Amino acid sequence: MFDYSKYLRNEKLPHIWCPGCGHGIVMKSLLRAIDKTGWSKDEIVLVSGIGCASRLPGYVDCNTLHTAHGRALAFATGIKLAKPKMHVIVVSGDGDALAIGGNHFIHACRRNIDITLIVFNNGIYGMTGGQYSPTTADGDKTATSPYGNVEPHFDVVDLATGAGATFVARGTSYHVPQLDTYIHKGLMHKGFSVIDVTEACYTTHGRKNKKKYGSNLDMLKYQKDNAISIEKAGGMSEEELAGKIVTGVFCDKEKLEFTDKYQKIIDSVSGGAK
Amino acid sequence: MTKENYEFIQGNIACAKGAAYAGCSFFGGYPITPSTEIAEFMAEWLPKNGGKFIQMEDEIASIGSIIGASLTGSKSMTSTSGPGFSLMQELIGYGCIAEVPIVVVNIMRGGPSTGLPTSPAQSDLLQAKWGTHGDHPTIALVPNSVEEMFTETVRAFNLAEYFRTPVIVLGDEIIGHMRERIRIPDPGEIEIINRTVPNSDGLCPLPYASDGYKPACLPNFGKSRFHVTGLNHDDSGFPTMDPEIVARENERIIRKVYTQRNLVDKFEAIHCEDAKILMLAVGSAARAAEESALELRKKGVKAGLFRPITLWPFPKEEFAKYALNADFIVVPEMNLGQLKTVAERFTKRNKIIPVNLVNGEPLGPETIISAISHLNI
Repeated sequence: MFDYSKYLRNEKLPHIWCPGCGHGIVMKSLLRAIDKTGWSKDEIVLVSGIGCASRLPGYVDCNTLHTAHGRALAFATGIKLAKPKMHVIVVSGDGDALAIGGNHFIHACRRNIDITLIVFNNGIYGMTGGQYSPTTADGDKTATSPYGNVEPHFDVVDLATGAGATFVARGTSYHVPQLDTYIHKGLMHKGFSVIDVTEACYTTHGRKNKKKYGSNLDMLKYQKDNAISIEKAGGMSEEELAGKIVTGVFCDKEKLEFTDKYQKIIDSVSGGAK
Repeated sequence: MTKENYEFIQGNIACAKGAAYAGCSFFGGYPITPSTEIAEFMAEWLPKNGGKFIQMEDEIASIGSIIGASLTGSKSMTSTSGPGFSLMQELIGYGCIAEVPIVVVNIMRGGPSTGLPTSPAQSDLLQAKWGTHGDHPTIALVPNSVEEMFTETVRAFNLAEYFRTPVIVLGDEIIGHMRERIRIPDPGEIEIINRTVPNSDGLCPLPYASDGYKPACLPNFGKSRFHVTGLNHDDSGFPTMDPEIVARENERIIRKVYTQRNLVDKFEAIHCEDAKILMLAVGSAARAAEESALELRKKGVKAGLFRPITLWPFPKEEFAKYALNADFIVVPEMNLGQLKTVAERFTKRNKIIPVNLVNGEPLGPETIISAISHLNI
């Protein structure tokens, strides 16, 4: 059995996450993926913003930085550029990464800086009590959409790919071995990688939409029943894909990475200084 | 002996050269008038010297990037102006509570909002002190010449590193774009202070441990595993809501600066000893005030100028001492009375004569002398 304790600050547990939350599942997946890289814990910086998912770095025994709401990628960009040998991983909720942090998200994609971003995408602001986010489904009742959400939602994969990320994958908190693979691939990828993880928040989201989502177990089961691989989805119509979670690696391409390109400039203009 | 190095440069370039002298190796910024020359210089200079420059997507990202870079051990700075300075406020507070050394240069322009982008003002004297939410320490330096743009930027880095806190340099459009001949100090001529880091061979379990006065002693990312957060935290750096620890640490980050005023305070007192007309001014307004004082002296008026170079924390004892003997405190400033509110705290209000200009033009000595000539002396 995998020994999580060597990557955890065990004295900081138990974590703050509610029963039924997927964050713990994704954290364990991340730890297994990190283990597979063989990286030393000293070489890893785990950065987060604000929100439930953003408490994750506090539990992990590496260099950890809990920043301000939405700004994790900005801090991470400074770390990676200043010290490119560090492995920089950002964990972020959907509100943190895509609403308040949306500008940093698209520009990190565009720069293709070697950072791995994991979006803990449960479609809700959990920590503040369940307000609608940029990925809340149409019509869902939340604390700030009591009559149903009228805002369209972002597709994280489309957004990341369109903005220039060079590795983009989507998994779920139910399909764990697959998620391990995607996160590991993202970590090993040279360039900006985004792993969108479909999750559920029963406590602040499911309970307000019981007719639609059922129990916390039903929310997890929904991922099982509705996930469909990118290969299968290719032959399906838009109507058939409604409500489905398309999983897989959507983008995996080689492109010069930002800090490497900058180092080339240093090498060419510095005359040997480092 | 090597030849002395004199240069005829603008204030913004002197600021950038001061940063280079202090050992700045990371700059994250966003273009904004009238500060952009600082970023442009750093974009060219840093990679030549092994450093890193990045133009971020906005000012919030800029200050975020320099806090991240500073945590890896790089001396880091950003530069901006009014609107960008407003956007940076939240993360200035982050730097204060997480005790991360950074230098933020604000070349002030007219405001509020977009205001007068290319015109001088001293619009952010109080924002520099109170801009971010929560109680926090503030160190803000106000140069009034091209030479001081160099030396005060060096001092800003030294103070940031020593106290492990953000330090703000408040230039203004006049000081930033004015050209003067300055002597660039030789390497080693000005002392350069580097942050204290704990023995980084092993783990650092208590990076925020302190005797109640000292700054935290964080290692740099990469050699020791620790946690940094903007939440209230204990000696280990992890979040706490323990009322005793929260109060203690909230007070400590302020106390560490305010109990070592001898390391922070800097002011210039020109003809203050016997001044009956005591002027209080900073930055470019202080240049006009100094000229006014000298002119008035020629006419037999006992005028003097008290010029804080470290505006925050305010050198209150020294100012109050001179204010005690003065009949009038004249406060020339390019805003509608920000420094006046400071003068009001340390002298009798009926003695204070504000001289304000907010039309985008420089405040000249004739305006100050005219205001003083109407006084009943």
